[in-house]
Amino acid sequence: MGRFIVPLALFAAWWTATASGAIKSYQLASPHDVLREVVDLAQSGLLWRDLGASIERVALGFGIALVLALVVGSLVGGSRVVERALDPTLQAIRAVPSLAWVPLILLWLGIGESAKITLVAIGAFFPIYVALVSGIHGVDRKLVEVGAILGLSRTALITRVLVPATLPQLLVGARIGLTQAWLFLVAAELLAATNGLGFLLTDGQQTSRTDEILVAILLFAVCGKLSETGMRALERRLVGWTDTVPA
Amino acid sequence: MAIRRRIDGTETPAARIRGLRKAFGTHLVFDGLDLDVARGDRVAVLGASGCGKSTLLRCIAGLERSDAGTIVTTGEIGVMFQEPRLFPWLDVARNVGFAARTDAERGRVGNALALVGLTHAARRLPKELSGGMAQRAALARALLRDPHLLLLDEPFAALDALRRIELRTAVNEILTLTRASAILVTHDVDDALALGDRVIVLSGSPAEVTFAGAVGETATREAILDALGVFEGAGHSSAAGRKR
Repeated sequence: MGRFIVPLALFAAWWTATASGAIKSYQLASPHDVLREVVDLAQSGLLWRDLGASIERVALGFGIALVLALVVGSLVGGSRVVERALDPTLQAIRAVPSLAWVPLILLWLGIGESAKITLVAIGAFFPIYVALVSGIHGVDRKLVEVGAILGLSRTALITRVLVPATLPQLLVGARIGLTQAWLFLVAAELLAATNGLGFLLTDGQQTSRTDEILVAILLFAVCGKLSETGMRALERRLVGWTDTVPA
Repeated sequence: MAIRRRIDGTETPAARIRGLRKAFGTHLVFDGLDLDVARGDRVAVLGASGCGKSTLLRCIAGLERSDAGTIVTTGEIGVMFQEPRLFPWLDVARNVGFAARTDAERGRVGNALALVGLTHAARRLPKELSGGMAQRAALARALLRDPHLLLLDEPFAALDALRRIELRTAVNEILTLTRASAILVTHDVDDALALGDRVIVLSGSPAEVTFAGAVGETATREAILDALGVFEGAGHSSAAGRKR
């Protein structure tokens, strides 16, 4: 129950401020206006178009990032030679602020879907990559020794010891990566889009429609929270064996 | 020049070590160590911390590469460490079954669990086990392949006094039942006397066998403590000189 107190208080303050006229509707739309805008957008089909476009970009970008991070992270984590060759460069690229990539990506890929998906993938890649490499490096040597004593082949050692031992870290990285994917999506859609939740934001700004902006913000919050909850459920299901304080 | 001592086995040895040489950097741990462990023989290895007891086991288990010498073992080796080393993502039965290579070995999981008294905990995860239960699970895993030689590296060190006696008794019964040979590395004289047929003391650098005797004959408590150097100097009681 305690977790609802702050949201309910905020909602009440919002309601009071807009209903009493203390805040004008061009500054902040009322809850009622926002709800009506949701219904309007849903009935016109625009809501599903924008929501669908954004979810598709996040899913594709995150999927690409996950596959790339698994491949590159495994190579870097599994080989000192590859690590020395690749990791410093990747860490340098990681340090670049996300928006700094936008001009280059737009020049290279234009303003189409591939540019947005690429930006989302860049955002999601690094948390997964970093978590995987640190997970591989952190595998308990003592467990690896047990595998060695039992005469496991290299493949069996990887699939039966290293992969499960690394999974908790990997899943945490994936959860953070998914959050990053949504962040980078906003950046991508704010700059160049004709649909998506980010487009809803810019459209609302250009037409001074605070209800439309709030709908987009609320949808971002819902999507972000749902993906976070989904990832946590996946963690509980797959790595419930970890002996740590539940997050 | 290192002094070599040789301890004769009486049957086909479960392990035969000749001229073992092992160094970590400039620190020479062994320089020509010989040791035989006969079938069914239980050798307790005592010595001060860092004298090379665990290194000896790790060399026999193949976890450390020796620099020279030969280590010949017969049949399967089972290893049990100071900590259980269970895979935290597998329940007890799967941890024990992890050692299985064949269906026949997989079929022995239930027996191995019964042997260590863990049948009721087969579906529990390692995080749900007490220290003693986790060590029993590790013992069951070490036994699954029906080893000729069991290497025990301070397996009771992390347990409280009661669990220690319980597990020691269990190991004793199992070794008697399976007739497996064992090398027990410990720094507890009670463990050595309770489980060993023979006791050897390693000391010096490089480590040599400075005492060897059969339990109930020359390997008495006093003789072992004397070999460990516990009585040197102030003349404390034997209990005070013990490490734990």
